[in-house]
Amino acid sequence: MRADATAQQGAGGGTAPATGAARAVGAPILVVEGVSLAFGGVKALQGVSFDVREHEIRAIIGPNGAGKSSMLNVINGVYHPQEGTITFKGRSRHDMVVHEAAAQGIGRTFQNIALFRGMTVLDNIMTGRNLKIRSTFLEQALWIGRAKREELEHRRKVEEIIDFLEIQHIRKTPVGRLPYGLQKRVELARALAMEPELLLLDEPMAGMNLEEKQDMCRFVLDVNEQFGTTIVLIEHDMGVVMDISDRVVVLDYGRKIADGTPDEVRANQAVIDAYLGVAH
Amino acid sequence: MAGPVSFFFEVLFSGLLAGVMYSLVALGFVLIYKASGVFNFAQGAMVFFAALTFVSLVERGVNFWLAMAITLAVMILLGILTERVVLRPLINQPPITLFMATIGLTFFLEGLSQGIWGAQPHGLDIGIRDEPMEWLADRTGMFLSQFDLFASGIAAVLVTVLALFFQRTRIGRALRAVADDHQAALAVGIPLKHIWAIVWAVAGFVALVAGLLWGARTGVQYALTFVALKALPVLILGGFESIAGAIVGGLIIGASEKLAEVYLGPYVGGGIESWFPYVLALAFLLFRPEGLFGEKHIDRV
Amino acid sequence: MLYREAGQFRATYAEDQQIFPLRQDRIGVAALLVFAFVVIPLVGDQYWLSAILTPFLIFALAALGLNILTGYAGQLSLGTAAFMAVGAFATYNFVLRVPGIPILVAFVLAGICAALVGIAFGLPSLRIKGFYLAVATLAAQFFVLWAIQRIGWITNYSASGVITAQNYSILGIPIDTPVSKYVLTLSIVTVLALLAKNLARSETGRAFMAVRDMDVAASVIGIPLMRTKLLAFAISSFYCGVAGALYAYTYLGTVEPEAFNLDLSFRILFMIIIGGVGSVLGSFLGAAFIVLLPIVLNYVVPPVSEATGIEISHAIISNLELMIFGGLIIFFLIVEPHGLARLWQIGKEKLRLWPFPH
Repeated sequence: MRADATAQQGAGGGTAPATGAARAVGAPILVVEGVSLAFGGVKALQGVSFDVREHEIRAIIGPNGAGKSSMLNVINGVYHPQEGTITFKGRSRHDMVVHEAAAQGIGRTFQNIALFRGMTVLDNIMTGRNLKIRSTFLEQALWIGRAKREELEHRRKVEEIIDFLEIQHIRKTPVGRLPYGLQKRVELARALAMEPELLLLDEPMAGMNLEEKQDMCRFVLDVNEQFGTTIVLIEHDMGVVMDISDRVVVLDYGRKIADGTPDEVRANQAVIDAYLGVAH
Repeated sequence: MAGPVSFFFEVLFSGLLAGVMYSLVALGFVLIYKASGVFNFAQGAMVFFAALTFVSLVERGVNFWLAMAITLAVMILLGILTERVVLRPLINQPPITLFMATIGLTFFLEGLSQGIWGAQPHGLDIGIRDEPMEWLADRTGMFLSQFDLFASGIAAVLVTVLALFFQRTRIGRALRAVADDHQAALAVGIPLKHIWAIVWAVAGFVALVAGLLWGARTGVQYALTFVALKALPVLILGGFESIAGAIVGGLIIGASEKLAEVYLGPYVGGGIESWFPYVLALAFLLFRPEGLFGEKHIDRV
Repeated sequence: MLYREAGQFRATYAEDQQIFPLRQDRIGVAALLVFAFVVIPLVGDQYWLSAILTPFLIFALAALGLNILTGYAGQLSLGTAAFMAVGAFATYNFVLRVPGIPILVAFVLAGICAALVGIAFGLPSLRIKGFYLAVATLAAQFFVLWAIQRIGWITNYSASGVITAQNYSILGIPIDTPVSKYVLTLSIVTVLALLAKNLARSETGRAFMAVRDMDVAASVIGIPLMRTKLLAFAISSFYCGVAGALYAYTYLGTVEPEAFNLDLSFRILFMIIIGGVGSVLGSFLGAAFIVLLPIVLNYVVPPVSEATGIEISHAIISNLELMIFGGLIIFFLIVEPHGLARLWQIGKEKLRLWPFPH
């Protein structure tokens, strides 16, 4: 399962190189240092360190079970590592707290779609605005003043995102009834509604057909370019990774085995071995 | 001899013995939960239904053992019907939906049993008297009921039989496999539906035993359904998936509620048995949400 | 042809976010309110007002309270009746101990007391879920009733804890007839139902549903789980508390703690299962169903019994009632988990297309 040229052509075709003129990669916004995470005896991550610079698209790749999702879960506080520090926007801490991570500006999508299945697309995306709503539940119950105003204001913002991701036609549909590809898009919309500075995408293109993958690639690049959002993404499709990311971290068995530009990583012997399954 | 110390032990032991009776009901819950992931609120109604059916048969002149066999057959039938009519259509629904369905089943069974046999209370005599053992009182000054001791003996036998059933028989092994992982069990060709019917039937048997013991002690009446409510804190304490937890949890709840009633009750107006086990279990939950013997689950996202 | 949305364009988000976006729905609700507030008080006889409609409204309010917690926020509670009891007995004490307190203020304060008790018993929900939580709410059920029965001060040292609602009036009008009690109940229930509908369509409601559908995802987008769950407990218990106060002050007049037993909690749970989990309308439909079923049974069974020659005693009817309740719960969970409210919605969708279904 080497990153070969066909996959690259397949999914990446038609997308521009990831060096948009509008954005300039800046100083590190996120620094992960020596993070180790274990569940009982299972070591999911062992001393992983890397940084993510402002406005860049950073990919995390690796074979199944390499600890990629665990890494994202550590970054936004779903899991609490035993060792290491996470520095986000200059503030270091041992571990993140989930809703604080959200308040700090970290958005997230999940590998197995984590939408609110009982709610419509519109309501799902509106929940992404929750941190920006100031009115109290009493004002909302009475539907007066600030509550009513905010509801309209945020609706307008959400509609912009709906337009951006081209999901106008399904806004009143309960998400449970949507096909998989669209659900993934709604989940991205919900994360975007938070207006995050750092967006963590866990396999945003997994299980999609070619056309859907191309759309998603375009959206990810557009988000990065238009909003300047820093993106960390996990992806299995090497073509996509090589095409859209600025730098790549490679994990294997919970350890970092390579870190660099797509070209550097592709040439790295350890990475080739990991993907070809050389005995450890 | 009857000093405060021996009084303390008397309260403690009678509490422990009462706890065994709670364990007996909790056992029915654990069996079904382990095998099918269903929290069967109707276990109490099943206890009531079994006891009422048995006692009504005996009162109509049916032989003790024959009545027992008929009731057992009825409970097995009930288990199979429950699996077919209630559980099978609800397969893959969230656990809380199944839980609510068993609340519905509770009402249905309560209505059914009283509809068939009438609502009047019955006495039930299984030949063991609920009075203190004189030889024990003479020697230690503690008044412990021989009925309680008998009940604990039965419970011990039942638990041993169940443990052997789970460990040594083919069905038992299949049951444990199902409890571990439904999908995997299906994949290796274990017929899930039969297993669930069997486990409900076994739970029906446990309900019958619990119903006979509780019925003999308190009389067979509607209040018997509340026994299930006593078993719930036991489950919280012991964990829903552990037979050992049901036993130990029962003992802890039984002993602590008696001790609390005797030593704490007078200061707060008495009657604290109704809620003390719950508060104890809750306090415990705050420190160990998975129960004494439960397994800690890691949410995967 | 009557129920058409064609031609009703919602050009602004404000219009799209109205409480009842469809004109027909607005007309329907207005007509229903006129009927309930004007026609029923004029034509309703005493039996209907005080034995059917008033309790129906009170149960609907309690069901709404439980629905906020269970249907919207996804936290199953088996202690509804306990929160109602807090409302009833708190009202009694406010009226008893605060001379001249307006009854509506007493109701609100009683609701707040219930909300505080709700928060206290909602605390375990921060660590436990599902049926562990359901069992924990049973602690509220038993502890609250015990406290009311044992602490004499709460019942003003009355024998066996029975309290009798004091006489009261609003703006000088004594509320002592079936009609006035019905109108008071209806007014309170209408206002609280509208508030609930507003909550459901705003941020609070969305946060509740998010926690219900997937709590990890909710916290990842910044919804604080603790505050949201406790708020759900508080609002829910407030509604139940006011329902309990009305239960004592506009329905029964004299209540004992035992009136708020586990059986009542279950009945209210059944209302939301049958009516529709997570639906304001469903709370009303479910309450109507559970209130009317025994009455219908009592009308239907005797003729059946005569016609078939089978003697059906009153005891059998009440057992039949239990069986029908239990059977229906299972039936609805299997066949239509969203209850009568969903059936109503399906009916409306059919009506939109009628008479040309394609």
